[in-house]
Amino acid sequence: MIALGLEGSANKIGIGIISHAPSKPPVILANLRHTYNSPPGEGFLPKDTALHHRAWVVRLIKQAIRQARITIPDIDCICYTKGPGMGAPLQSVALAARTCALLWDKPLVGVNHCVGHIEMGRSITGAENPVVLYVSGGNTQVIAYSANRYRIFGETLDIAIGNCIDRFARTLMIPNDPFPGYNVEQLAKKGRHFVELPYAVKGMDASFSGILAAADVLAKGLDESLPEEKRLRTEEGELVTREDLCFSLQETIYAMLVEITERAMAHVGSKQVLVVGGVGSNERLQQMMGMMARDRGGSVFATDERFCIDNGIMIAHAGLLEFQTGVATKLEDSTCTQRFRTDEVYVGWRE
Amino acid sequence: MAPETIEPTAPPLRAPSPPPTDRPLHTLPAPFTSSNLEVLTQGAEALVYKSVFLTPHTPCVVKYRPPKPYRHPVLDRRLTKARLLAEARVLVRCKRDGVDVPGVLGADWEGGWLVLEWVEGKTVRGVLDGWAERGAGEKEGILGLMERVGLAVGRLHEIGVCHGDLTTSNLMVRVPEKKAEVQEQNDELEGDIVLIDFGLASHSTQNLQDEDRAVDLYVLERAFAATHPKAEPLFKDVLSAYGESFKGARAVLKKLEDVRLRGRKRSMLG
Ligand SMILES: Nc1ncnc2c1ncn2[C@@H]1O[C@H](COP(=O)(O)OP(=O)(O)OP(=O)(O)O)[C@@H](O)[C@H]1O
Ligand SMILES: Nc1ncnc2c1ncn2[C@@H]1O[C@H](COP(=O)(O)OP(=O)(O)OP(=O)(O)O)[C@@H](O)[C@H]1O
Ligand SMILES: [Mg+2]
Ligand SMILES: [Mg+2]
Repeated sequence: MIALGLEGSANKIGIGIISHAPSKPPVILANLRHTYNSPPGEGFLPKDTALHHRAWVVRLIKQAIRQARITIPDIDCICYTKGPGMGAPLQSVALAARTCALLWDKPLVGVNHCVGHIEMGRSITGAENPVVLYVSGGNTQVIAYSANRYRIFGETLDIAIGNCIDRFARTLMIPNDPFPGYNVEQLAKKGRHFVELPYAVKGMDASFSGILAAADVLAKGLDESLPEEKRLRTEEGELVTREDLCFSLQETIYAMLVEITERAMAHVGSKQVLVVGGVGSNERLQQMMGMMARDRGGSVFATDERFCIDNGIMIAHAGLLEFQTGVATKLEDSTCTQRFRTDEVYVGWRE
Repeated sequence: MAPETIEPTAPPLRAPSPPPTDRPLHTLPAPFTSSNLEVLTQGAEALVYKSVFLTPHTPCVVKYRPPKPYRHPVLDRRLTKARLLAEARVLVRCKRDGVDVPGVLGADWEGGWLVLEWVEGKTVRGVLDGWAERGAGEKEGILGLMERVGLAVGRLHEIGVCHGDLTTSNLMVRVPEKKAEVQEQNDELEGDIVLIDFGLASHSTQNLQDEDRAVDLYVLERAFAATHPKAEPLFKDVLSAYGESFKGARAVLKKLEDVRLRGRKRSMLG
């Protein structure tokens, strides 16, 4: 069976085509994406993002079908992101999905974005029943599967980790292209001094807004136009750099993520971790997670940028899994929703 | 028509091969290095060993927080020290005020270890798993257990302590003393509730906010929902016992509704 997947819950539009055959690994026929980037120091607005998606959706679908070397009759269902995400971009892509479904007379499947990330991660890495850390621009959740649901064990108490990183990057005028988090990571590699930031873990939950506030205050001390004595220094008296701040931010927030993940693993007795979502492509996070898992006699599974960052394939994949259990979304139900909990989805395709 | 051979446009990705699992277990600092200790569990923070204290017949627990190699050493030292001290202080306070917790027998924050009284029994998590496996019956026993959990948490909150990581793994059911020998499976639901693992706890006499207490309950509620689908409906019995346990408990339950609502909103955001 072949599914076309459309994703556009945030600033990226992704179109993917996947094929499932019985007792064979899924085959990715096409995976295209285009990102709407705002200038450094700015975030993206829903209105402009929706415009971007509308401008790209037809082109990308055509190109994906060409690239997959299939024809429209080969497609069994059309999967789109139902939520969670930003309203306007979600709607613009759902509209495209509905149009295709009517035009080509295909069933629709509305997919939970978070479940898409999880299923794609499981499929690519072969991790069977891992604790899942889902870290992106909009989400920070520690998830484990039990009795047909992906249950949320821990989460952020305020803002998402990616949001924290992106806003920090904006303060330091770090470019958004390709991703703020990626650019922070590159700067962090050159950081040498560890500056202390608040560390806020409560059981399996974490909080990031205090850290962001503290980092923003520290960032003011980097200003080169400040008089020498006012500039931010380490305890040894050396000047603190942008690189040092990026390094310290990463060391602190990723340690928090590893800790809450480890607590969930200890609690459910699992030795596997799967990291999904855009922030999951961070190499330092993957490395730290690997050290933790090794100390527990387990392993970490992570994918690279192509599948960590929002994409259409994950929507096609999760949608097709659901479609194969006999579930489809009626046209009149093919709405989107900005809020859509991971544990609301009945996972009928797993034991 | 679909093409005969489907060629993937993206190369297949391989899962990383699992690293060797025969990790060198952390070596304990003095004075434990030479002793023969039995590893009980590996929690998120600590390795927990069973040992004996003073006499060969007095079992105890050594809770050792090893350095975490993934953490920056400065951050690591700061966290280990803060948590060990918080845990020791809160345990002493609980003991004094009559909350059932393991007593502190020794501590060294430089070394990263605490020696605690041994609790004979299972975690509530383990007990619930066993109960679910046996078919989730035993109505009376399980309700009694939920009630005792509610009362124990209520007592903790009453003396001004907030646990900070209130999960079913951090609550133990102590095997009733006389029965310890002839323990039958179905007696598992009997026994006093002992609270453990206070590394993230906080204490304050005046301004322990209902908010903090409600968050404790919210964490426990999610632990129930997330780990024990069969036990999920039991949590209301924990709450009703809690509601009767001390003067301010009703207000906390009211607050819990706000906390839940906030949580639901948060985890739905895209
Ligand atoms: N190498 C990296 N290190 C850290 N963060 C990164 C890296 N690459 C991307 N990111 C971050 O990932 C986020 C984008 O990820 P993703 O596309 O999964 O999320 P989203 O669309 O914003 O949110 P959601 O998945 O919740 O809808 C951004 O915050 C970005 O800065
Ligand atoms: N005093 C005790 N007597 C008997 N068993 C104990 C005692 N303290 C801890 N344990 C056992 O060891 C386990 C881990 O202990 P504890 O929760 O204190 O460690 P932790 O590493 O802080 O855990 P967490 O992952 O919750 O942070 C407990 O779940 C329990 O099974
Ligand atoms: Mg995403
Ligand atoms: Mg514990």
